[in-house]
Amino acid sequence: MARAVSTKQKSINTAIAGTLGFLMFFPILWILILSFKTEEDAIRAPLEVLFSSGWTLDSFGAVQARSDYFKHFSNSVIISVGSTVLGLLIAIPAAWSMAFVPSRHTKNILMWMLSTKMLPPVGVLVPIYLIFRDTGLLDSRTGLTIVLTLMNLPIIVWMLYTYFKEIPGEILEAARMDGASLREEVLYVLTPMAIPGMASTMLLNIILAWNEAFWTLNLTAAKAAPLTAFIASYSSPEGLFYAKLSAASIMAIAPILIMGWFSQKQLVRGLTFGAVK
Amino acid sequence: MNLRKTFASATAMSLIMSAGAFAEEITIATVNNADMIVMQELAPQWEEATGNTINWVVLEENVLRQRTTQDISTNGGSFDIMFIGAYETPIWGANGWLEPLNDFGDDADYDLNDIFQLVRNGLSDSEGNLYALPLYSETSFTYYRTDVFEDKGIAVPEGQPTYEEFAAMAAAAHDPENGIFGTCQRGKAGWGENMAFVGPLVNAFGGRWFDMDWQPQLDSEEWNNAITYYVDLVSNYGPPGASLNGHNENRALFKDGKCATWVDATSAATDVKNPDTSTVADVTDFFKAPKQVTDKGTGWFWSWALAIPASSQSKDTAKDFLKWATSKEYFELVGETKGWVAVPSGTRQSVEADPRRLEAAPFASTIVDAILSVDPADPTLEPVPYTGVQFVAIPEFQGIGNYVGQQISAALAGQQSVEEALANSQTFAVREMTKAGYIK
Amino acid sequence: MSTKASRSAARLMISPAVVLLLMWMIVPLVMTVYFSFLRYNLLSPGATPWAGWENYYWFITDPSFNDAIWNTLALVGGILVITVVGGIGFALLLDRPMFGTGVIRIMVIAPFFVMPTVSALVWKNMFFNPVNGIFGNIATSLGLQPIDFFAEIPLLSIIFIVSWMWLPFATLILLTALQSLDQEQLEAAEMDGASWSSRFWYIMLPHLARAITVVILIQTIFLLSVFAEILVTTNGGPGTATTNLTYLIYVSSLLQFDVGMGSAGGVFAIILANIVAIFLMRMIGKNLDA
Repeated sequence: MARAVSTKQKSINTAIAGTLGFLMFFPILWILILSFKTEEDAIRAPLEVLFSSGWTLDSFGAVQARSDYFKHFSNSVIISVGSTVLGLLIAIPAAWSMAFVPSRHTKNILMWMLSTKMLPPVGVLVPIYLIFRDTGLLDSRTGLTIVLTLMNLPIIVWMLYTYFKEIPGEILEAARMDGASLREEVLYVLTPMAIPGMASTMLLNIILAWNEAFWTLNLTAAKAAPLTAFIASYSSPEGLFYAKLSAASIMAIAPILIMGWFSQKQLVRGLTFGAVK
Repeated sequence: MNLRKTFASATAMSLIMSAGAFAEEITIATVNNADMIVMQELAPQWEEATGNTINWVVLEENVLRQRTTQDISTNGGSFDIMFIGAYETPIWGANGWLEPLNDFGDDADYDLNDIFQLVRNGLSDSEGNLYALPLYSETSFTYYRTDVFEDKGIAVPEGQPTYEEFAAMAAAAHDPENGIFGTCQRGKAGWGENMAFVGPLVNAFGGRWFDMDWQPQLDSEEWNNAITYYVDLVSNYGPPGASLNGHNENRALFKDGKCATWVDATSAATDVKNPDTSTVADVTDFFKAPKQVTDKGTGWFWSWALAIPASSQSKDTAKDFLKWATSKEYFELVGETKGWVAVPSGTRQSVEADPRRLEAAPFASTIVDAILSVDPADPTLEPVPYTGVQFVAIPEFQGIGNYVGQQISAALAGQQSVEEALANSQTFAVREMTKAGYIK
Repeated sequence: MSTKASRSAARLMISPAVVLLLMWMIVPLVMTVYFSFLRYNLLSPGATPWAGWENYYWFITDPSFNDAIWNTLALVGGILVITVVGGIGFALLLDRPMFGTGVIRIMVIAPFFVMPTVSALVWKNMFFNPVNGIFGNIATSLGLQPIDFFAEIPLLSIIFIVSWMWLPFATLILLTALQSLDQEQLEAAEMDGASWSSRFWYIMLPHLARAITVVILIQTIFLLSVFAEILVTTNGGPGTATTNLTYLIYVSSLLQFDVGMGSAGGVFAIILANIVAIFLMRMIGKNLDA
């Protein structure tokens, strides 16, 4: 009876996995705790922090007083969601045609697209900066949305491609036999089947765009600056600053962390990139 | 353009009433040093009075330099006011990247001449055009803990000690068991970080960056002596992790009572001596930054100042803010709301002579004397073709200074020897100077 | 099976993506290549005369160049090894029956959602700081000398921080792959008396091969340009101990503002990226023939 797992075995597994999981999660937990401490308490020894210090919301107030969280937050939302939606609009037709009407170039095109992601952004910052200056896109949400769309487009196309490929071709043929037009085929047959894949693609790309820190820092000043810029002002210490740094960090990562947790099942599906057969 | 000027002055006059209609938004790039944070806290008063709004972009010092240089040199126009220093201002001004501020001299209320001449010179190009206005200026001197010196029976030096004597004090004060490190010095790589300490140190040891033919001198004996001294000093009597500590890290350590001595900016004194922000306010005193074979160039000169990029779209509003933020009224405001000890130092004669200032900060005159004794035009024992104490006022210096800073910080971290660090630095400096055409 | 009409429709549908990406790639690329032949320093405005191969010469002979190449490879390789091996371990563990699977899994994947800047700041200050950090605190309370991470083991520290973020990603993919494994096949092998290790080597690992290549491909794409973690923690130092190619280009084009030399470096990085890309494509190309 190999499959029957004893409660004891299960408990051991839980203990091991739980410990490791806790260790992975600990840094996040720790800044969550520190963010509710005073600056003086935040640098005390770990055990003292836990057991002999009070709780306060002061750090959040201090962080908010320094720079308006909600402005950065809304910029982050607009840029990451905007670039993802725009990316999906461009990528869906491309991925669809590669998956269902493959030509002998399909794979090369796909590979080429992925290889564009390997260009180091630093190498092309000055040219892009100059282009943005001349087109008035510096420090604008539009500009950032465009850059992030292009940055993540290859990943979007590839994820959708692997996802579409798993949709059996027979269904399409059946629809075609029934006289469905290309448009109907896409709208009524493919789309419903592809929605889970699109959802997970969307989630992953929102995460990537939310956390992108090179372009968002270098192409913005104030108006379009997202949360990555909000946190950047805490990168050098100023007296005691652990509690404020923790509070700012929690504010910057919480939205995406919560979104990630709630949608982890959808996300996992998309992250497989067709790796699971 | 004239029309806009008229508009601007109209708003300035009828302030609050018409504010809504003509309100502008300006973007200011700044570092998060204590004095700038105070400015951010007080700025809403200007915003309310004028109806304009300010976007603050707060960055770490190295990142600030990169972002502002990138923006101003490409004429990007992202910022209306930048915090820049005594190094950038003359170079950028001469390039035509900054808005000249000569007309501030016409404003009797503003009283430009009240700002120390030396500081104004440091923020002007060679033709005397003023390009930035200082929030504070500084030199370097030695902070020490009176209680620790007393406990350990260390004699407080009269006048300027030598670095050798200084090392003896650090050794005597070093007591890591009890959480006191003999000395905290900058180790974080960067021309504005560790090199700000190393520059005057090398000057004291008789060294210089370049000879009169612009040949780098980093492989000289003077540099070797100075850097060997530095690495020994900090690794023997410094805190762990010193190779990552910059000004702000050390300031935090010192305020927290972890350091017995610290050679750094005079501008930190207002913070260190402020009982609200520091645990060692009552037990800190100062003496001059040490000398060695010479006392020339042993204290640096720096000023954090506000400048308006030529690419700004809202120059008039920016000027208005700039005027407010460096005015007598602003310093008064800081004094009244944050205490006279917290007023930015080394900027205005009237402030430093104010009885309220002298009462709250009796040490202020020491600082002013120290600042006024610096001569950036004659910083070294042997003659040099450049000005600047802890920097060399040429555009190429940033790159060279950063590289040498990296090498020295690697030597401090024990990743390589002092000889290797200086040999690499020399090679790099020769390369850069050749590339830039100084060395034919 | 596809008709002519659908093929041209397909071409039409794919073109926006292709054209956009081409522009995104080619416009900056052409500018970068062009700049790389100019004497162009942002700090000295004025003419930008033709420089020939000068910038390439200066970049290759940059004393940091070799270190940068080596660090780039060590960084990518080190993180790949840690995340793939660790990811397989985590996946095997999480695949076992246990209580509270959901909660444990959430804890494991959480680091993937954290901004690189935030994770670098948090590790640097709250953990690696030898005076106030947790590790320093623990060491001191045990009477040990705290490790000064970024001075003594800088590259390893960076590898550690980046791995913390990418380990959950690898775990997720590998776990999903593992769960799709045919249980009956495993049970049959077990009945036949195959040991756990031989079941792992001959059944599980081959099944995971495809997922592993995907992990390697995706991560390599991101790891070649690791930047924020280095900028926030070590600034490429001490010395050049943590300077990778991306950071070196940053130093020349954005700290020295030598756009010419930075562009030459950019061209190098592109060449390196393409070599790695071709290598990876070969590897994964086979696996993608599904």
